[in-house]
Amino acid sequence: MLTEISAIAPQDTGEDTAVQIDGVSKSFSGTVALEPIRLKVRRGEFLTLLGPSGCGKTTLLNLIAGFLEADEGELFIDHDLVTQVPPHQRKIGIVFQNYALFPHMSVAQNVAYGLRTRRVPKAETAERVREALALVKLEDFADRRPRQLSGGQQQRVALARALVIRPRVLLLDEPFSALDRNLRSAMQVELREIQSRLGLTTVFVTHDQSEALSMSDRIAVMSRGRIRQIGTPSQIYDRPENHFVSTFVGDANLFAATLLEKTDATASLDIGTTRLSLATFQEELPEPGPVTLFVRPEQCSLTDPDQPGAIAATVALSVYQGSYAELHLDCSVAENGRVMLRVPASEAMEPGTDVGIALPERGPAIYTTTERET
Amino acid sequence: MRKSVLDHLLDWSGRIVLISILGFVLLPFVVVAIASLNDGAILSFPPKSWSLRWYANAFEYRDFGAGLVNSLRIAAVGATIALIAGAGFAYVFNRYDFMFKGLLNTVLMSPLIIPNFTIGLGLLILSTAASLPRSIWLVIAVHVVIVLPFVVRSVYVSLKNFERRYEQAAESLGGTPLHVLLTITLPLLLPGLISGALFAAILSFNEFTASLYVVNQRTQTLPVAMYNYVREYADPTLAALSVIYVAPVAAMLLLVHKFFRLEKVLNVD
Repeated sequence: MLTEISAIAPQDTGEDTAVQIDGVSKSFSGTVALEPIRLKVRRGEFLTLLGPSGCGKTTLLNLIAGFLEADEGELFIDHDLVTQVPPHQRKIGIVFQNYALFPHMSVAQNVAYGLRTRRVPKAETAERVREALALVKLEDFADRRPRQLSGGQQQRVALARALVIRPRVLLLDEPFSALDRNLRSAMQVELREIQSRLGLTTVFVTHDQSEALSMSDRIAVMSRGRIRQIGTPSQIYDRPENHFVSTFVGDANLFAATLLEKTDATASLDIGTTRLSLATFQEELPEPGPVTLFVRPEQCSLTDPDQPGAIAATVALSVYQGSYAELHLDCSVAENGRVMLRVPASEAMEPGTDVGIALPERGPAIYTTTERET
Repeated sequence: MRKSVLDHLLDWSGRIVLISILGFVLLPFVVVAIASLNDGAILSFPPKSWSLRWYANAFEYRDFGAGLVNSLRIAAVGATIALIAGAGFAYVFNRYDFMFKGLLNTVLMSPLIIPNFTIGLGLLILSTAASLPRSIWLVIAVHVVIVLPFVVRSVYVSLKNFERRYEQAAESLGGTPLHVLLTITLPLLLPGLISGALFAAILSFNEFTASLYVVNQRTQTLPVAMYNYVREYADPTLAALSVIYVAPVAAMLLLVHKFFRLEKVLNVD
């Protein structure tokens, strides 16, 4: 059954490009939704478009699907130029946020829709519908109506309906946001399993950064119609290239600092009255002057307030989270006055305790303060 | 929590207002229904003696039977034409932008503002000038003009509430625009379309003013036949007929209701 479907979706062949977006842009009545975008999706890859609402990720998805026409640029799927090709000839599978199952058709009819439009013979249609429903473990629900199914089941039908046509690319438009939390993670695992078994090129749109980090081969972080960084989840999380990515993905502590001097790999800077020398992964550091120092909570550690190089702070709030506690600290040199770090629950501290924050010698990133944006 | 005196007062006054409104709305019908049972030959209220003979008379009077057949034919054909044209207009308005869209919209909706007798008179003058016969098609044309705005509105609202994702999903699955229209859009809009058409049929069935200008003896509708009858006779036949008249309209309304409910069911995801 699996070999049947995966025979069409080619296996990963290294750097082969499945979707190529070449300078595609889009405006709506004068408002730019998407700046010219360049992006290559590799064959078999799970690529996530991550960004806040209005960042252009859904516009980009609609452009790939063909629901919108690009203002400029070209789009290739499997090396075919499809910029002018209407959606019904693109052979793309889509799962929408609300699934958009046809309410007047049974589950089996929904799944069969894409085969009937292609005039697949009846016997083959029945067989492929059965296979697709087996793939999502819904064999016994073929005759139900969509409204008789739970949210998770509806999503599986939507997935089966998209997969049965053996799409060249699978597009996922925030498919998990309507599910409750437990079901969501179960469906994420299941979807990822099916996707990698079939070797299916997938473009996934979400605003949920943890979802993006856990599911993706690569993430393209978007804001204001541009791709701000593209890379593996760990590249995005550990080596954010700019202020936006650093704060949008994961938690971040931001310190107001002054960059005094920079060399190839190190920077010396003042944070309040504390002078530090840091190694950085960044290829390019800003010019000396006011900067923002960006540190992940797990890169900070607690130390004695009098320790040299420690930044003074006071515990404001301790939030119990089961396996750990979140300490929220008042800190005068933090950009929003607060620093957050996580400690084992047993080491939680009373509000009012004076502590020192020790910054790591490697890892923090430095951005020009003016780059701040939402 | 205990209810205060004021609460009780509001409670009761609310009920009284509600019952008064219902009574006021139903009063004409109740009066006519009672008057129709009068045995005497003069329409009077309240009746002095009781009889069902005017009902028999209503069924026997030829013009009423012919008028009913005309009215039903006009309503059926008119509503169908209005549905097809109105759905087409609504679809174009919802999906496309073009020059003079606002102007066309105003023109389409103008029958809501222009009195029915003006529409009837206008088409009468036009058909006379063009030497067209005063056939049943002229009456149908008048009715289409009158009910079209209602159909357009009704379908337009259905289209506005329509989830475009259904069509996009179908397109991504290889459906050509025409195939998607036939297998997805139309079936899902069907309840809205049918209730729009039935609404149009009811409006057409009840229409009197404009019809009066364009009918002749052969094509007269039931309301016109009733009007002609009351000019000659003052017996309770008309009251009896008025009661009978409610039946087909109520049947159509029940159908509309059924489809509105059906639509609700279909919208459940």
